[in-house]
Amino acid sequence: MSLTAPLGLIGRSVLRALAGVGRVAIFAARAASHIFRAPFYGREVLNALLQIGWLSLPVVGMTALFTGGALALQIYSGGARFSAEAVVPQIVAIGMVRELGPVLVGLMIAARVTSSIAAEIATMKVTEQIDALVTLSTNPMKYLVAPRLLAGLVVVPLLVGVGDVIGIFGGWFVATSSLGFNPAAYLKNTLDFLEPLDVISSLVKGCAFGGIAALMGCYHGMHSGRGAQGVGRATKGSVEAAAVLILAANFLLTGVFFSI
Amino acid sequence: MTNDATPMIALEGVSKSFGQKHVLRGVDLTVPKGTSMVIIGGSGTGKSVTLKCVLGLVEPDAGTIRVDGRDMHEGDRDAFLARFGMLFQGGALFDSLPVWQNVAFRLLRGALKRPRREAREIAIEKLRRVGLTPDVADAFPAELSGGMQKRVGLARAIAADPEIIFFDEPTTGLDPIMAGVINDLIREIVTEMGATAMTITHDMSSVRAIADHVAMLHDGVIKWTGPVSEMDSAADPFLQQFIHGRAEGPIAAVR
Repeated sequence: MSLTAPLGLIGRSVLRALAGVGRVAIFAARAASHIFRAPFYGREVLNALLQIGWLSLPVVGMTALFTGGALALQIYSGGARFSAEAVVPQIVAIGMVRELGPVLVGLMIAARVTSSIAAEIATMKVTEQIDALVTLSTNPMKYLVAPRLLAGLVVVPLLVGVGDVIGIFGGWFVATSSLGFNPAAYLKNTLDFLEPLDVISSLVKGCAFGGIAALMGCYHGMHSGRGAQGVGRATKGSVEAAAVLILAANFLLTGVFFSI
Repeated sequence: MTNDATPMIALEGVSKSFGQKHVLRGVDLTVPKGTSMVIIGGSGTGKSVTLKCVLGLVEPDAGTIRVDGRDMHEGDRDAFLARFGMLFQGGALFDSLPVWQNVAFRLLRGALKRPRREAREIAIEKLRRVGLTPDVADAFPAELSGGMQKRVGLARAIAADPEIIFFDEPTTGLDPIMAGVINDLIREIVTEMGATAMTITHDMSSVRAIADHVAMLHDGVIKWTGPVSEMDSAADPFLQQFIHGRAEGPIAAVR
């Protein structure tokens, strides 16, 4: 084996990865362009809003509620080490709104929605339903991908907003019921501490994560392999890609908002 | 300008490879207007790929495909596809839509869009035409048997009164009686609509029931083509081995 073989291996891997990034970017650009070009499939958009938004509310709500409650307990016990128990409302608010709300909602959407989109579209592909759409003069990018992408971009920020509120409520409930905080003072401290930029960053992150979640589900579904194994791989790949991209995008966006 | 002598579908030297696998190696085939062409051949010989090339679902590596005298890449793609109806092997019905919306899919959106009530009435009429009662209209595809799904697929294929209808293995997976029913329906519908039909199958009873002309595809080329009435007396050894289902002959049993 030559000494340059490992370098060749690394080079090929990098080229494959870059080609993959290019394919996803082209797919994303095509999908986004179809959002703005007729014909528009309003029913498909409404259905996607229902599936991604409304039906995700229970899981998003429960996740945010328990996380907010746990956060309040952690901050109280950690803050007690240097007599800073009183900062629970502020840290819960900032933690939920800036970071945990968007990231946890994004990851729950990746688990619930990305997997479902990928499995549905991949199954449509292996059962020739995508080919059938084309023969019925219907562009699958326009009919299947664009409505889901639009719904992800629009409804996930709303879910993040709801998640932020429920998370703060979880912290409020735990703090007032078992840590001795005054309910009205807790809320006042929360509202006084939060700044508009905190909320804006939360919603922008939600928009980005919703787009990533929908796009990864559609991309992996449309590029699925054959048979049950192909559907399984597409589903697994979509969730992995969405989760990693959401965390990476969160890091980048946090950096951007940190510098403002 | 086209006239009745212009074939509805004409393939010249159509080739297609997937990696190292050469599926089509120069297919030449013409289908006259208003006739029913059945393409036969073993599994994996490129029958489905041929149909998908004509529809533009698969792009050929070489060759030309003309539909009614015009290259398939000329003109508006939606208008081109609006001339076709297709029955897929597995039905390819949309699971998330009730039967009537599957049948009326083309009538509910795009250039052929009709009011919802009218589209539903047409769908029910087409369902009746393929022997299904109106109460099936609101069922979902998963609630139907395989034979009923094929009929719904057939109703969808004819819903917009296409000039050309493709049938991909229309009787695969059906019992002999249901296969006979589907074959009879295809023959009746093609005759009464005056449509041009292209069917791929390896079911010889389908061939005899549906075909005006037969083409045998083997090893990526058309080995024999002619009227169905001449099929049994043709001298081609590939054709004779296939239609009689013999293990011995020029076609290897293991491909």
